Amino acid sequence: MKLKVPVEITINGKSCSGEVEPRQLLVHFIRENAGLTGTKVGCDTSQCGTCTVVLDGSTAKACTVLTVQASGSSVTTIEGFADGANLHPLQEAFWNNHALQCGFCTPGMIIAADAILRNNPSPTREEIRQGLEGNICRCTGYQNIVRAVEQAAETMGGG
Amino acid sequence: MTTRVFSSGIRRREDPRLITGRASYTDDIKLPGMVYAAILRSMYAHANIRSIDTSAAAGQPGVIAVYTGADTEGALNGLPCAWLIPNSDLKTPAHPAIAKDRVRYVGDAVAVVVAETRYQAEDALEHIVVEYEPLDAVLNPKDAAQDGAPQLHDDAPNNVAFTWAVAGGDADAAFADADVTVSDVITLPRLIANPMEPRSAIAQWVGATGELTLWNTSQNPHIARFLTCVVTGVPEHKIRVIAPEVGGGFGSKIPYYPDEAITAFCSMRLGVPVKWTETRSENYLATTQGRDHIEEVEMAATSDGKITGLRTTVYAGLGAYLSTAAPGVPTILHGLMYSGAYDIPNISGTIYGVFNNGTPVDAYRGAGRPEATTLIERLVDVLAAELGMDPVEVRRKNLIPKFENGHDVVTGLTYDSGDYGATLDTVLDAAGYSALREEQEQARGEGRLMGVGVSTYVEICGLGPSQVAGAVGFQGGLWESAIVRFHPTGKVNVMVGSSPHGQGEETTFAQIVAEEVGVGVDDVEIIHGDTDLTPMGWGTYGSRTTAVSGAAVTLATRKIKDKSKALAAHLLEAATEDIEYEDGRFFVRGSPDQHKTIQDIALMANVAWDMPEGMEPGLEASAFYDPPNFTYPFGAHLAVVEVDPATGQIDLQRYIAVDDCGVQINPMIVEGQVHGGVAQGVGPVLWEGVVYDESGQPLTGTMLDYALPRADGLPDIEVQSNTTPSPHHPLGVKGVGEAGTIASTPTVYNAVMDALRPLGITRIDMPLTPEKVWRAMQDARNGG
Amino acid sequence: MYPANTTYHRAGSVAEAVQLLADNEGAKVLAGGHSLIPAMKLRLAAPQALVDIGHIAALRGISLEGGSLVIGALTNFATIASSELVQANAPVLAEATGVVGDPAVRNRGTIGGNVSHGDPASDPPTALTALGATYNVSGPGGERSIAASDFPTGLLENALQDNEILTGVSVPALAPGSGSAYVKFPHPASRYAVVGVAAIVASQGGSCSSASVVIGGVETTPTRASSVEAALVGSDLGNDALDAAAAAVAGDFTGDPMSDIFASDEYRRAMAAVYLRRALGIAASRAG
Repeated sequence: MKLKVPVEITINGKSCSGEVEPRQLLVHFIRENAGLTGTKVGCDTSQCGTCTVVLDGSTAKACTVLTVQASGSSVTTIEGFADGANLHPLQEAFWNNHALQCGFCTPGMIIAADAILRNNPSPTREEIRQGLEGNICRCTGYQNIVRAVEQAAETMGGG
Repeated sequence: MTTRVFSSGIRRREDPRLITGRASYTDDIKLPGMVYAAILRSMYAHANIRSIDTSAAAGQPGVIAVYTGADTEGALNGLPCAWLIPNSDLKTPAHPAIAKDRVRYVGDAVAVVVAETRYQAEDALEHIVVEYEPLDAVLNPKDAAQDGAPQLHDDAPNNVAFTWAVAGGDADAAFADADVTVSDVITLPRLIANPMEPRSAIAQWVGATGELTLWNTSQNPHIARFLTCVVTGVPEHKIRVIAPEVGGGFGSKIPYYPDEAITAFCSMRLGVPVKWTETRSENYLATTQGRDHIEEVEMAATSDGKITGLRTTVYAGLGAYLSTAAPGVPTILHGLMYSGAYDIPNISGTIYGVFNNGTPVDAYRGAGRPEATTLIERLVDVLAAELGMDPVEVRRKNLIPKFENGHDVVTGLTYDSGDYGATLDTVLDAAGYSALREEQEQARGEGRLMGVGVSTYVEICGLGPSQVAGAVGFQGGLWESAIVRFHPTGKVNVMVGSSPHGQGEETTFAQIVAEEVGVGVDDVEIIHGDTDLTPMGWGTYGSRTTAVSGAAVTLATRKIKDKSKALAAHLLEAATEDIEYEDGRFFVRGSPDQHKTIQDIALMANVAWDMPEGMEPGLEASAFYDPPNFTYPFGAHLAVVEVDPATGQIDLQRYIAVDDCGVQINPMIVEGQVHGGVAQGVGPVLWEGVVYDESGQPLTGTMLDYALPRADGLPDIEVQSNTTPSPHHPLGVKGVGEAGTIASTPTVYNAVMDALRPLGITRIDMPLTPEKVWRAMQDARNGG
Repeated sequence: MYPANTTYHRAGSVAEAVQLLADNEGAKVLAGGHSLIPAMKLRLAAPQALVDIGHIAALRGISLEGGSLVIGALTNFATIASSELVQANAPVLAEATGVVGDPAVRNRGTIGGNVSHGDPASDPPTALTALGATYNVSGPGGERSIAASDFPTGLLENALQDNEILTGVSVPALAPGSGSAYVKFPHPASRYAVVGVAAIVASQGGSCSSASVVIGGVETTPTRASSVEAALVGSDLGNDALDAAAAAVAGDFTGDPMSDIFASDEYRRAMAAVYLRRALGIAASRAG
């Protein structure tokens, strides 16, 4: 039984390789092997969205992907969102609009919000709410998150 | 010029690390040599353990140790209950960290595996063989209290942990004399707190020094240290508890759990750091839950709607064991609030705290007060319907008139200040209440089921005077302390004993310091969550952190200001009483050009080259604030719903919150607390509730079955506020963390019942899932 | 959250995948993983080996061939939902794939994995069955097609033989003049369908010439609403006709019922009638 498999995944532009068990979830590779703990684990049934990352250009719940599946792929995590010291417009908008309290859902929420705006630069409030249906926040009641996404849409030229 | 920083919605200072993924939560921490624990939990709600065989598990790859209750017995003391309410015949059955002979709920810890990786630990759990002898289980708290119910603990006959009564006036006489009485049975479902961060603990025992460090997802690290000492026997001064970034708690991270004790035990046995992190499914079994009330309630009134009496009998499910604060929740935090925003002259309530074969129940956001507010506000609506009055009119008739400094209610509390009519007026105006009622008439004419729900509330928070804490059996104080330390460059560290975990006090506390002595907000760093770095404090819960800990910060900063004045007087060669302060500058009255800034003072105090006779060097002060009374925020909320007559689905269309939490330091944060609180209070009305089957198996075991509010299920929440300062608080602050949760449950429940009133439906148990509503409508249409 | 260990085999072709399945006892096919990995995380599934077909490029994509849409097994829901080809030729499938799970799930979940898993509360099989799709299968005995309606054989059971892999679905393009709709009552937590209804009606000269109506979530396999279809054909698709047709659905539930704490079988049947009526209204408005 081949217990470990070599993998190589580009995370935030940097190649990360290792030998992992086939059962390892991508979120654990990101957190444990790559040491990027901004990606969170909030549930075990793919509901909460705290583990959301960008996988080969579209969002994925990293708890529902095996590391081995993603070998050869490219991943962006929340740590890869800011451009050096310059925050991503969504990060800025989350900060401006008090769109986070405990912060645990925030990395996944920002990445889900980014996907909304990439598909639809000028979403309605309703479209934003629907676009966030796979991400649970227990602190904010979502309202300021929706506001933040609206503001980011304006900043990013949609709006 | 004095309010630049205060009442300003400045951006939170904790956010940059959170939005960039750089914050460090407990499970993000990795220590050299760390190993991983996984806990085997009972699959039975109630069973005797005949035998446990761990030999196969011990031989699995990577396994370092397997421990059972036989190992922890004698090494770990039982888990203590820390709220021993008096005059209630309270029973405190033993609560071992790992069950040895008997399990009492699905989730009770049975064994722990420590392995090199978490995956290996999980693998090994499957190789532990436990032989159980299943016993009958009971979940419904009223059923559990009846003769013949399965018994959980030998020392708690009929599973009754306590019987607690509240009384004021003469309720029986009021009911005997009443023009009209109404009654209802209200159930508040068992709720899962669901902070997005699951609980986690890392224990690091260093045998050579006898020191235990515990990183823990705690709302109150100092209490965790205190109770770690009680359970592990490690002396308190040798324990350091660190609550790093904590991802929400909502009450569920107040208790001291078996899990952190087990993790500490493993580290102490093995001499290496041990991490334990629960999965979400495990959280649904092993993390304390909230509510679980069956409330049999009745109200007496005059024919013109004046409430004359309230009587309740409440069965409060406690789960299988007494959690840390459990007995206080359905009693002190519930029964004492029975007067709500009204003058109700005669009140009597009996609350039975009942063990059942469920996960232990403890504080959950609002803790006792949503349960109280729901029963009062529901009865007011039932009374209004009985009298044919508008529910708002009944409320107006009974509201306590405006008061600024103390109002006694018959349950024995003295509310601090209130203007309940004003918040009600504001919400009705904001909603366009009369237009809504007209719209509703029209909708009903079209066969549409539109409903409008209103609720007022008063909550008790700012817990609280320590003398009262002692009198009601809380095994601790409820004061807070702060140390404010100015560095030579004029920058400030503030160390507080409370432990915010999302509420934003790193910002609001900095605003307080900035407001008091004129430094920049960014010149102040708030340090919290580490018992080695911070002074004693009792934690963040009960909407108390800004109210109590913030007061301590204020008082400590005012001491700084006093010393600064004296030092400025010395440096300016004037008398202290002639020194004035404005905007960070100390100057001799009449000569503002000749001044010393707070930074000048900080430098001089720290270098101490030229100090007045007898003045100590340094610019540091500490304060302990023990509140003279609780604070009593209040408000009025309104919801508009429409029920689909074909499906029973409920559309929450509008929600308007008007809250008065006293003076607001950061209105943006206040509004955020209201939003989140409202969402959590709507949850149990529309979606949330734990369901067990008859054998005690939870059927809502994952997020696939337990429905939480999502972005697409909530409307925009319209928020307004009034300001009635607390007369006894140094800043006039009252607290806001739980307001939304307390008000929104009765508001939305009343709205749905209002929508269904034309069909003759008067009650449905929460959560109001579509099928339940549909069935009620079917029954009503069939004449049932 | 922590799956049991397994071995991993990445297949470069369908033939290789079939061989790997044959060579590895207890192997499971891994595509997007959005049915299998959740089960593995809760240790409800613990395959001894995983055969990953997720990197076989030939299994990805959407084309129109001879009047049928051919959708590769690895095509994800988001791609299908936003495909102009699908929106033009099988809009009910675009609607159904557009409401699976949530956006991130739709990016990773594949049509082949979804159909093979066969969850009765999932949206795509309902639409595919209504569309009269066929599933293309490869195995040790070569290739074959299975009608969508013949594919499920029970709760989470299907007509795939040992070591067969579903490689794609073929969907006949809707005839001109057809109108269709997929409407769903989502479970508030899982987002699966408590009831999902796919309705397709064609209208000629003011009269319904054909109808295909399938309901998911009510029984352990998708329910074809034959009585409803019969009532629709020949009708004028007016409100009264749709009311009458929807009411006929009660007779169509003859299989094994679904029931859980959120929605009993009785409620699901009642909601099927309500959602069916809504679906028919939308479909009829789009027909002609």
